[in-house]
Amino acid sequence: MNATFDYGLLIVAIAPIAIVFGGACLSLLAEAVMPRGARWGTQLVLSLVVLIAALVASFMMWGNPQTLAQDQTAMLMVDPPALAMWMLLLVFGALSMLLFAERAVYGGVSAFTPSGAAIPGSHDERAASEARFEHSEVFTLALFSIAGMMMFLASNNLLMMFVALEIMSLPLYLLSGLGRRRRLLSQEAALKYFLLGSLASAFFLFGVALVFGYAGSFNLSVIDASIGASPISYAVLIAGILMMLVGLLFKAGAVPFHNWVPDVYAGAPTPVTAFMAVCTKIAAVGGIMRVLYVGLGAARWDWQPVLAVVAILTMLVGGVLGLVQTDVKRLLAYSSIAHAGYILVAIVGAAQLGTGVGGMTSVSAVTFYLLTYGVATLGAFAMLTMVRDNGAEVTQMSGWAGLGRKSPMFGVVMAIFMLSFTGIPLTAGFMGKWAVFAAAFQGGWGWLALVGVLLSVVSAVYYLRVIAVMFFREPVEGPEVVPGFSAATLIVVVLGVIATVLLGIVPGPAMGFLQQASEFLRIGMM
Amino acid sequence: MSTFPWLTVTAVLPLIGALVLVFVKGSMARIVGLAFSLVTLVLSIVMAVAFTPGEGIQFVEEAPWIPAIGASYSLGIDGMGLLMVLLTTILVPVVMIATWDDPETTTGRWTSQSFFGLSLLLEGLALYVFMATDVLLFYLFFEATLIPMYFLIGGFGGAKRQAAALKFLLFSLVGGLVMLVAVIGIYAVTAGLGQPTYNLGTLQTLAGAGLFDGNIGRWLFAGFFIAFAVKAPMVPVHTWLPDAAEASTPGGATLMVSVLDKIGTFGMLRFCLGLFPEASVWATPLVLVLALISVIYGAMAAIGQRNLMRLVAFTSVSHFGFIVMGIFAMTTAGLSGSIFYMFNHGLSTAALFLVVGYLIKRRGSADVAAFGGVEKVAPVMAGFLLVSGLSALGLPGMSSFVSEFMVLAGTFASHPWIGAIAAIGLVLAALYVTNMYQRTMTGPVTEQVAATVRTDLNGRERLAIIPLFALILVLGFFPQPALEVTEPVADRTMSVVEAYGVAEPAPQIPEGQN
Repeated sequence: MNATFDYGLLIVAIAPIAIVFGGACLSLLAEAVMPRGARWGTQLVLSLVVLIAALVASFMMWGNPQTLAQDQTAMLMVDPPALAMWMLLLVFGALSMLLFAERAVYGGVSAFTPSGAAIPGSHDERAASEARFEHSEVFTLALFSIAGMMMFLASNNLLMMFVALEIMSLPLYLLSGLGRRRRLLSQEAALKYFLLGSLASAFFLFGVALVFGYAGSFNLSVIDASIGASPISYAVLIAGILMMLVGLLFKAGAVPFHNWVPDVYAGAPTPVTAFMAVCTKIAAVGGIMRVLYVGLGAARWDWQPVLAVVAILTMLVGGVLGLVQTDVKRLLAYSSIAHAGYILVAIVGAAQLGTGVGGMTSVSAVTFYLLTYGVATLGAFAMLTMVRDNGAEVTQMSGWAGLGRKSPMFGVVMAIFMLSFTGIPLTAGFMGKWAVFAAAFQGGWGWLALVGVLLSVVSAVYYLRVIAVMFFREPVEGPEVVPGFSAATLIVVVLGVIATVLLGIVPGPAMGFLQQASEFLRIGMM
Repeated sequence: MSTFPWLTVTAVLPLIGALVLVFVKGSMARIVGLAFSLVTLVLSIVMAVAFTPGEGIQFVEEAPWIPAIGASYSLGIDGMGLLMVLLTTILVPVVMIATWDDPETTTGRWTSQSFFGLSLLLEGLALYVFMATDVLLFYLFFEATLIPMYFLIGGFGGAKRQAAALKFLLFSLVGGLVMLVAVIGIYAVTAGLGQPTYNLGTLQTLAGAGLFDGNIGRWLFAGFFIAFAVKAPMVPVHTWLPDAAEASTPGGATLMVSVLDKIGTFGMLRFCLGLFPEASVWATPLVLVLALISVIYGAMAAIGQRNLMRLVAFTSVSHFGFIVMGIFAMTTAGLSGSIFYMFNHGLSTAALFLVVGYLIKRRGSADVAAFGGVEKVAPVMAGFLLVSGLSALGLPGMSSFVSEFMVLAGTFASHPWIGAIAAIGLVLAALYVTNMYQRTMTGPVTEQVAATVRTDLNGRERLAIIPLFALILVLGFFPQPALEVTEPVADRTMSVVEAYGVAEPAPQIPEGQN
């Protein structure tokens, strides 16, 4: 740090994170001092206000480079890609909060258990339920998690990144275990996520140690500069990269570190699943790109083949295992694995803007993909909560038979989300697929793009099966689309479907916007 | 006239109609749907009258769409586009009239309201496909047409409709996605020049300058060609077509084979030859052999079919073989004949499918063996089947004869052996048509036929088919108006491929004898 360091500028640069962190602390305080009855509403309003304020702060910094990071040794690098992904995180975070707040669908209670500490089925649990206790701290937890995610994808320093990783993960472990119904499954999911997540974190930390041993620094730009110039054996670096990748790919849900995804997604309360599927994915992918492009760009010939294999395996497993699922929630979990694969294809491509090369880079392509994936995923999970039989969520595919005929609007909207996942044109998913495969092709990985599109046919089969079950099967008794859902869910679904169609037909503005977030900042680029 | 967005209006109108049908209930829905399709037809006829043959791409519209990747909303039609637009706008109302109450009379299926809505949706998307002069825009609608077709098969067809719909969709998706890689490839190659572009005109200029010569062009060509070969169905990727045709309704099968599958041959001519002339010339031997196999195999398979719908589907495989052969023969006569053939095949297959549909609806079975002696109980229907069949086999006086002759003559001029063997296809065509007619229409009236086929064609059913017959006959005797619009397209395509060693075969008349 030099003497003329301007702390004022620093505060401006990290304003969005600071707002979310401050808001989370405020929310914690509110939890302690507010009367029980007023907490839920206060927390919802507070978290929405905080997220929107942070979003506004990010927007004000957009296209205003002097407010961005000026210092290459900074712990956090606030550059256009970070800002773009922050905006995605904040928007999707706010929408997830709306899903958290939904009560009407669940028969007047929240999706979360009244008392997480009570043993399932015990007297305590019943008493808490009768007293209408509520875990309003889910909003606090989510805010902390979002703050961690924002830090994670902007970290310019591996140690900072590890801290951020833990900040974003710990609240998620808790949130997954707070399901109101099928609590044992929910707790099992939380435990599984926690144990495997801790293991992955340990791998990441050990990888960081090895990379530090090689480069002598935690700073990504310094690491990049030292590759090939260090006196330490190159094998240390390779081992470090691989172990860091284990931790990062775990969070993104890539094969072979995907085992937790179906269980956790299926066990966690659906709003939390939606939040994890979208926001955790954004943070993980952002972190992966920053580490690989900024910190290990000089070693790209070493990690590109590894990541290409991981991408193929991820698409393959996400596609093939999704085929045999009979549960819609698990199916969406495998779909999220497959989508991680498509994203990795673009990351492998590492397309950059060169002299005389126009178009989109890998970073902007992936960001655009995350946008298209996010709107459809949040919408699809929100739709999932509406299908109920006697108050219980129906996730079995057999229960969805003929839903499209019983409730045509529901069927059409769900079909649009499925078509978007499939990547059928005129939906956002197609333009997203186009962008990631174009990035791979531009980076010289045309064959990987070909493998990617062919494997996307495999997952197309199960998306289409959802549509076929809804429209072509005879309706069954019992499962219904709950007519009484609050505005919260409706907003998420309506925004999701509008964005899915609009991004599919006129993706120009969004693509042009994200095109500005084409490269991370690194040494020599100021 | 030039400022009015004719193409957009024509293509959007059916889409609006589809949307309106969501809200209109009951029997009004059909009338509204038909009205929309008829207005679209009128618009396209007005365009055809205003079209000036030989002036390249007309009714051009351009607007920015995705500037970041060089894609624009650009529309325009040349002679081939015009014929395809006309074919689409003619067939949709014909199908609607022919299958007016079909979905209502079969229990437990969807209503004709959704059938009409999906048909209009399909029409709008298909029109965009034929009008797009931007590669990404074309691709977008090319893939989007799958969705209404999927529901048209899966929602209305016979017992095996779900499996057939899925098979149709997966075959098309695989082909389409392979093409997506090639579409992305075009972006990557042009982005490497500094400014990505998807504009057809710009790309053709670049292709003319040799941008897509060599290996990269061949890979991209393969991506496009595979998708179009699946679509057009060529042997060996044709297997989805008979299944889909068998399981879908006659109306759905008509729209699928007569309109959607044309996108395959349309795309081969416009994109494979237009953008990758070097690779097209390179691939010609393989493509011609595959086309020849399609001609012969399709015809032989048609002879062996026991199901009427499958039979018609296989005749189309054979006809598509002819069309592809004419395109890749790379002579003016072959190209011009192929474009005309696309139009004629659309008309005659539609007639065949719909008349066969009338038969099946009465008899309740699509088996050839279930029929016998129909001409004695329903002579008009038998007559209609005969005329459609004769059109399918290319009887002189029918429009299909003109185009088939041009394709064969064109192929013979550049590849005599291929042309000679393909001529066998004509004999086989005569065989499958007369054989089918003989087994279903002639002979003694079987008991079941007497019990089920009680009425001949009614006025509505005749009304649907007669315009098709009229067009087939008029263009059979006066093909000149159609050839006037196809020939400039053929000439332009020839001028593109001539740079790569393809020469128009000289007339085989020795000097001084004419």
